[in-house]
Amino acid sequence: MKRKNLITLGIVTTLLAGILTGCSGNSAEATKTAKSVEITNVSYDPTRELYEAYNVEFAKYWKEKTGQEVTITQSHGGSGKQARSVIEGNEADVVTLALGYDITAIQEAGLIEEGWQSEFDNNSAPYTSTIVFLVRKGNPKQITDWDDLIADGVGIITPNPKTSGGARWNYLAAWAYADQAYNHDENKILEFMKKLYSNVLVLDSGARGATTTFVENGQGDVLLAWENEAYLSMKEYPDEYEIVTPNISILAEPPVAIVDSVVDDRGTREVGAAYLEYLYSDVGQKIAGENYYRPSNPTIAENFKDVFNFDVQLATIDDELFGGWDKAQETHFNDGGTFDQIYDGEIQE
Amino acid sequence: MNKTNKKESKLVRNLLILLSIIFLFIMLVMPLVVVLSEALQKGFKLYIDAIQDKYTMKALLLTVEATVFAVIVNTVFGLFAAWSITKYHFKRKRLLTVLIDIPFAISPIIAGLVFILTFGRIGWAKEILDFLDMKIVFAVPGIILGTIFVTFPFISREIIPVLQAQGNDQEEAAAIMGASAFRIFRKVTFPQIKWAFLYGIVLCTARAMGEFGAVSVLSGHLRGKTVTLPLQVEILYSEFNFTAAFAVSSVLVILAIIILIIRNIIEHQMKKAGGNYVRKAS
Amino acid sequence: MKRSRRKQVIPGFGISMGVTLTLLSLIVLIPMASLVINASGVGFSTFWETVTDKRVLSGYYVSLLCSFTAAVVNAVFGVILAWVLVRYDFPFKRFIDGLIELPFALPTAVAGIALTNLYSDKGMIGQFLDQIGIKVAYTRIGIIIAMIFIGIPFVVRTIQPVLEDLDSQYEEAANVLGASKAKIFFRIIFPEIRPALLTGFGLAFARALGEYGSVVFIAGNMPFKTEIAPLLIMGKLEQFDYHGANAIALVMLAFAFLILFAINSLQIHYSKFTKQ
Repeated sequence: MKRKNLITLGIVTTLLAGILTGCSGNSAEATKTAKSVEITNVSYDPTRELYEAYNVEFAKYWKEKTGQEVTITQSHGGSGKQARSVIEGNEADVVTLALGYDITAIQEAGLIEEGWQSEFDNNSAPYTSTIVFLVRKGNPKQITDWDDLIADGVGIITPNPKTSGGARWNYLAAWAYADQAYNHDENKILEFMKKLYSNVLVLDSGARGATTTFVENGQGDVLLAWENEAYLSMKEYPDEYEIVTPNISILAEPPVAIVDSVVDDRGTREVGAAYLEYLYSDVGQKIAGENYYRPSNPTIAENFKDVFNFDVQLATIDDELFGGWDKAQETHFNDGGTFDQIYDGEIQE
Repeated sequence: MNKTNKKESKLVRNLLILLSIIFLFIMLVMPLVVVLSEALQKGFKLYIDAIQDKYTMKALLLTVEATVFAVIVNTVFGLFAAWSITKYHFKRKRLLTVLIDIPFAISPIIAGLVFILTFGRIGWAKEILDFLDMKIVFAVPGIILGTIFVTFPFISREIIPVLQAQGNDQEEAAAIMGASAFRIFRKVTFPQIKWAFLYGIVLCTARAMGEFGAVSVLSGHLRGKTVTLPLQVEILYSEFNFTAAFAVSSVLVILAIIILIIRNIIEHQMKKAGGNYVRKAS
Repeated sequence: MKRSRRKQVIPGFGISMGVTLTLLSLIVLIPMASLVINASGVGFSTFWETVTDKRVLSGYYVSLLCSFTAAVVNAVFGVILAWVLVRYDFPFKRFIDGLIELPFALPTAVAGIALTNLYSDKGMIGQFLDQIGIKVAYTRIGIIIAMIFIGIPFVVRTIQPVLEDLDSQYEEAANVLGASKAKIFFRIIFPEIRPALLTGFGLAFARALGEYGSVVFIAGNMPFKTEIAPLLIMGKLEQFDYHGANAIALVMLAFAFLILFAINSLQIHYSKFTKQ
């Protein structure tokens, strides 16, 4: 009986190993041939249309420059989740994510060298965005700035900063406003944030879910959203919504970086760097603008002045107020941070 | 039987049917209507375009591949496990039964994470995989493995209650008469479990096709490579492409319906062939 | 696995057990061990602090309460549905039968979005419920609805095969002897389907407990009100806190494990009385 047992074990193991090896492979090889090259861009959503357009242009440019065919595999998902997948072994040549914090996490895992933020212009953010309000047509609640949001009876939709990178920008934008309005008085700021979040009806897990809650399910009076996402909603439903840009907001800088350990391994550093560098070219900047991201090149940005409100006063994450992503994350969003203080409560039966 | 008894049973019958239909209508049919109406919101042409997209087709193929693997592996496991548990006496049977259920008990996200912690860059088996030049997570094998994992207990779980309800008398009699295990299984046991087996396969197939959580963690979302249909739905949705997302979802619904038609045909033929095990009281 | 002293009557124990254990180890046990190894990387006090945090406790509570309720509803309707589908003939029966697996085939997120759309106070069903003062979407009732949806197939499809194979001679005998329908059901049929019902209930319960994709859309995710434990796990992961996430995951797994173990014990308890 024992021998039979062993035989079976052997058969099954071989079978399973066969299954696993049978379908693996083909991804790592075939890169360093001169004729063609393949890179993977792990990005967040919603940048699919941006990179779909950009990849075509870059492939043309690269072919002209080097004669090489370049194939770009795209990956899209929530920014934090995407960063995690790279840390866990998803082999990305370049990452183009929503927050510096997520790229720093990859750096801390030892995959990206320190100083990535100064590797490209503008803190390695080729395009920027900001936080705006999306309100229903005609703006029935007369919302023009942040202090209108804390009025009684205003329903706010914003995702949960714990699970959504985008929502952290929303939170910090509100904080930046309160900091000015209450003259750096932390207690008053916290009180403002508490009031603001007591008006929040639904804390969706991601930005896209929050948009659905606001747009499809008709909840709330105002959606806090990235400017580019607000425009995408407007595009889908042209006559139902308006965008309100508050007087103070935050400069959202979605950064890009080369994943050093992967490009060194595959020999794709040159093409990876060129891929990110070309985002700053006139062509790349124009594509960004067309996809409702603010181009970092002022001359190109000028072409989009009908789309973007450039009068808004923008705080940045590196301001003294926030002190960079690491500090902001720890102060506000990690367990026990200001966000948890806002939602301190008891278990409800 | 007296008259009132019959009347009462007719009332009960209609009530139960009505209750079932209402429940299913509210819980199942209406959500389905939402999916289909959203999918067709912008007209039939856009619907077809969304489905014919190159990446959607690739995602469809990957979903089918993962599902086929999951069904094969789980069938082998399900039959052996159900047979072992119900036909033999051994210690710690209860523990074994519960261990088999783990994939059900575990949140799909964690199911994905478990493989990351094993085979990923931070996993302990990473070096072995590098040595063998194998890639599991963020590649097709990871997706297949994740799908097998979440559907692992389905077939055994369907068969076990039936075998428990049947008891072992017939098998034991056959064994005493000297029949081999395989022969007992084929001649005595299988006819008893064929319906449960069929249900198990259908459930397993449906669940494998729709699996999202675990696969989402293991996939890396590499477009055209490791994106399954449910992941494609997620990507489209996150892109504010509501209509296309629901169109792709409807493909999954259609796939499910095809499987159910196949099941109905098999059921029909099996019943026609030798339905002595199905005693339908109508 | 040690065999008990009694000799097996049916041959083939070795090979069946071999295949079962090998596959189980490869696909479930070895990967699961990684979870335990990883969680044990932190000290006990950190682990304890994480899993007994007030927010997390509230998460367990919401998850357990909602999934239990959903499993009970599924058990009741599962029996009715299985019964109707096996015993009665009526128009569109085939169609209805075919619908049962759909909750599995539909990606959970799509189910969540569709259900929220229906049950929000502007939705097709939700607006009527809103008029009588019941809010479904963004409340715990919404969570329960989503959990019912994903669990429907479990109970129906475990009971159905048992009912189909059920020998009708006892029923007929009881009928002839003049027993009422209700009595026949509870005395003769119910004990037969009990193991399957318990299995289905347990599976629906455990599945609902771990469900994330569909629930986050309909829940509203408000801390202490509608925040489920799997969402807290996601929150930890988003902070790159693997240990914290694993700690909560292990506790959730323990809950599910206990539920299934209890149900298995019940099953074995009953089968000792009915068989032999």
